[in-house]
Amino acid sequence: MSKTITIDGKIIPFEEGQTIMDAAMAAGIYIPHLCHQPEFTPHGSCKLCTVKVNGRNCSACTFPAMDGQDVLSETEELISDRKKITQMLFVEGNHLCPGCEKTGNCQLQAVAYHLNMLDNHFPLFYPDREVDASHPDVMIDQNRCILCTLCVRASQQKDGKNVFAISGRGINKHLIVNAQSGLLKDTDLEATDQAAHICPTGAILIKRTGFQVPIGERIYDHKEIDQVSLETEHVKHGE
Amino acid sequence: MKQFIQGIAENSHYQATHLLQILRQVQSRYHYIPGAAIEQLSGLLNIPRTQIIGVVEFYSFFHLIPRGQYELLISDSITDHMLGKKSLIDYMVNKLGVAVGETREDGVVSLDNTSCTGMCDQGPAGLVNGYALTRLDHSAIDKIVELVNQQKPLDEWPVELFQVDDNIYKSGLLLNQQIEQGAALRSAFKRGIKETLKEIDCSGLRGRGGAGFKTAIKWQFCSEEQQTERYVVCNADEGEPGTFKDRVLLNSYADQVFEGMTVCSAIIGAKQGFLYLRGEYLHLHDKLQSILDQRRQNGLLGNNILGAGLDFDIEICLGAGAYICGEESALIESMEGKAGIPRNRPPYPVTQGYLGKPTVVNNVETFLAAAAIAVNGGDWFANIGTEKSKGTKILSISGDCASPGIYEYPFGITVQTILNDCGAADVLGVQVGGPSGTFISNQEFERKLAFEDLATGGSFIIFNSSRNILDAVLNFTHFFAHESCGFCTPCRVGTSLLKKQIDKIVEGHGSAGDIVALEELCQLVKNYSHCGLGQTAANPILTTLERYLGLYESQLKEISFEPGFDLDGALETARRMANRYDTGAHLAQTESEHE
Repeated sequence: MSKTITIDGKIIPFEEGQTIMDAAMAAGIYIPHLCHQPEFTPHGSCKLCTVKVNGRNCSACTFPAMDGQDVLSETEELISDRKKITQMLFVEGNHLCPGCEKTGNCQLQAVAYHLNMLDNHFPLFYPDREVDASHPDVMIDQNRCILCTLCVRASQQKDGKNVFAISGRGINKHLIVNAQSGLLKDTDLEATDQAAHICPTGAILIKRTGFQVPIGERIYDHKEIDQVSLETEHVKHGE
Repeated sequence: MKQFIQGIAENSHYQATHLLQILRQVQSRYHYIPGAAIEQLSGLLNIPRTQIIGVVEFYSFFHLIPRGQYELLISDSITDHMLGKKSLIDYMVNKLGVAVGETREDGVVSLDNTSCTGMCDQGPAGLVNGYALTRLDHSAIDKIVELVNQQKPLDEWPVELFQVDDNIYKSGLLLNQQIEQGAALRSAFKRGIKETLKEIDCSGLRGRGGAGFKTAIKWQFCSEEQQTERYVVCNADEGEPGTFKDRVLLNSYADQVFEGMTVCSAIIGAKQGFLYLRGEYLHLHDKLQSILDQRRQNGLLGNNILGAGLDFDIEICLGAGAYICGEESALIESMEGKAGIPRNRPPYPVTQGYLGKPTVVNNVETFLAAAAIAVNGGDWFANIGTEKSKGTKILSISGDCASPGIYEYPFGITVQTILNDCGAADVLGVQVGGPSGTFISNQEFERKLAFEDLATGGSFIIFNSSRNILDAVLNFTHFFAHESCGFCTPCRVGTSLLKKQIDKIVEGHGSAGDIVALEELCQLVKNYSHCGLGQTAANPILTTLERYLGLYESQLKEISFEPGFDLDGALETARRMANRYDTGAHLAQTESEHE
């Protein structure tokens, strides 16, 4: 008899070592997330995947599944609060979707649509952030960084490098790169690195590819992020 | 510089875990962390430069750009403000000729604010190159300005500037009598280690940092872990504004605290312990080091302690200005030479703590109590206090009272009794447990200090009726925004939004919907944040909204919408550039102002 948890009343099995997110995705249940990708060590920072486990809020991507857990995910309260957390990410940076080449392929935008976010709700911060276009093939637009650390983890865990890191504290946190000059061109990043492609927003972009796929034919133009996520993010933990 | 960096790296055995200690020395020598030092350390410690930059930019006491040879920091705790901090820092700005947050052009001095330095009973307080300054007033500042301008070395400054007093006004079970050196260990060995754990269990001792986890259970869990390499950590990162009892305990009872740690090591089977001392208590460092030396000489630390076969030693780690490091997993990260970002839990430190090994982290006061319990037995402690909160609690009392200082009471004491004892009159309310705790009004003074009623880590700030509660709320809310580590969205963005929203209301730009929006935001930050900092950051607002809604409402304008900024103020730059100051160059904020 395998162990199970219930998510919104649905009984789903899990294997020892799986997180609630792993178990949910394996069972075809989408829990919104931005800082999580199954291939990398879970981070638990964006808090979009917050679920109620036996009455307590937990991050589904880091919290271990344990036999008999009663998990609530798609409640009115959680959906509404996930939307507010997404709005926080929007006002914190400078996210101008209509002018961004990542539009339609952007997970932040897609999650916002999925959660029916219609405005920013909170006052905008308008932070003064920089663009680093020094690298011949890759650019960083700090305005769109949501500090998810996927690039940090991809560089360490997949590319065997250490190109990115998060520095600073609190609202001053920011992405830095591993070069004495502080510029991307002086790092060992290559356009083929996974770290250059992992960004869920438009903060790290491959140059000269921006509009190869026209608007209207992009990933989230015809599918919602829940469907795309379940189709493409394969759970590898515990295998 | 190359030689200097090489030397300190060598002294640290090229261990990346010592990064904070190394950077403290670099900052102290150069008054910033030069890029060349980062490059060299990256090589010597074999860590990426990004880790070093990440640490430098995380801790308030490290800087990438040069500060003055005299780095002056003024404590920004609400208690310092109540003692006239604002006018004092303005006076300093004038006298020194340097703005807050800046370094003077000649590079001699820099001035800035810093979070509570733990001198609330003897403020306004500050730090100069990390060393505590107390009881600052105009004459002290005149003296400091003179010394700075003469560029007198710190060790030639008059000692009274650095005078730190214990101010113990009420002693109880623990403070009345310090145990004899070695007594707790002798008792523990005589009674037996397992039996000693039983005594601590039956004493009912719960963690004194505020969370109140049962100490014996934590120690037992750790001792039962499979990994045999284990650690004891004493959390002396006393950062909660209004708390300073650990400073006093380490100044006058340190030997007993170290003994408590050693008893813990015997119980859990640890060979190495650490005292994580907040950077603001640098003045205690040498004294503590010499107490450790003395204990080594007396066979109470080191190999084969008291001939009982116990090997254990204690190292001191200094913090560098980050409140979040009081959170136990952030503290462990910091000890490992990283930014103090709380870990995901589970696993808990007792399973995977320092370097991934089972670790007990306890507050200074907890170890002090454990040592006394090892000598006097569990009943001695359990007979005092309440059913759920055994023993006594050491309080740091500050604010509006005749005798601010240290008071030890049995748990279950009423707020009113405390107020009577410390000479507080005409009291409006008390902030119990610091900003992350609860504000109680003068209708609640019969409430009791205990885990089951008012839980507290020891901070007790008294406000009399001349004070505006919103000043405190504003100060606390800014504090949390400044100290948020920034790891998770709800706290990183939420604490800054709370700051904006409370500023808007207090500055008189709020309208009817703003209080609802404020409360909604509070709940979001509280319910979704990653750790205790975010989960309690909204407490100053929530606990005062609950009690003083009218006060908040009185700040609002009577219109249904008010922009979050000052329209006319925003035009100031444009007016200056156009050199126009006529009425036509001004905008009214609301229709009614037009009329």
